[in-house]
Amino acid sequence: MINELLFMNGYAVYVLSAFSFTLLSFLGLYLVTKMQFVKEQNKFVAKFGSLTTEQANSAKSQRINKEILANVTNN
Amino acid sequence: MFKLFEPNKIFKITSKAPKYVLFLFIVVLSVGLVEALVISPEDYKQSDAVRIMYVHVPAAWISLGIFSSITLLSICGFVFRNKNFFLISKSLAPSGFVFNIIALVTGSIWGKPTWGTWWAWDARITSMLILALFYAMYLIVWRIYDKEEKVYKISTFITILGIINVPIIKYSVDWWNTLHQPASINILSKSSIHSSMLYPLLIMTAAFALFSLLIFLMKYNTELIKIKNKGLDRL
Repeated sequence: MINELLFMNGYAVYVLSAFSFTLLSFLGLYLVTKMQFVKEQNKFVAKFGSLTTEQANSAKSQRINKEILANVTNN
Repeated sequence: MFKLFEPNKIFKITSKAPKYVLFLFIVVLSVGLVEALVISPEDYKQSDAVRIMYVHVPAAWISLGIFSSITLLSICGFVFRNKNFFLISKSLAPSGFVFNIIALVTGSIWGKPTWGTWWAWDARITSMLILALFYAMYLIVWRIYDKEEKVYKISTFITILGIINVPIIKYSVDWWNTLHQPASINILSKSSIHSSMLYPLLIMTAAFALFSLLIFLMKYNTELIKIKNKGLDRL
């Protein structure tokens, strides 16, 4: 069974390289997108931290800003 | 109606959804891989090389679907003067581009054992390459221009030009003599593919669609946080 899967009538090199390329592309795209997301999230937290109390309260009045901060805390 | 889908309102959902979509994607992909590599039968003509179909075809379908969606959303963005449509289009593009590249590379790998060559300037393959160029132009425009209005105009123009290529890709195998085989799956008429191969193909398509949804959600959330970062600068 395992031999059949690894040999695939001589086509294993083509089949497995096509599947490997696909899965590696998925992994690459996922990691790049995740890194961009974390970078922007950290930038947001840093900027929020540098705000005065008044500015921070004004920013917190927007629901989305509160959500972003809550997500950082949860992660 | 568009107010219901305003980023401020839907961020609560889009920020929590990726982890569930990722879980579902892993489950569906695992089932799909077992079906595609182990359970599904070999082809009477192509033998086990046919298994490449399970990554090549879904990737091609989804890259075409995403490009069509991007075009529609960009046009809607202009018609309804709604920036969110452009934001959704921008977030869809990276996964569409990667699926296009996957379709080209896996098609090339499939071509070697079946046609005896890695590449041919055949109508289907060339038109898919042209689609990849349109994707690349679309992504580059978002990177190089700062002015929103200019980006919206140029990117929409690129998608309108690019969409002309989509029916050419679809019907290239019928209009010209090509190395590429004609479609085996038809929505309107009877498909020539056996169910033992159709089901793994549909499962893999579902897995790929979930992956593009996952990337879209992550990218969309990133873009929203980017906008909010600019908002904090203005305080």
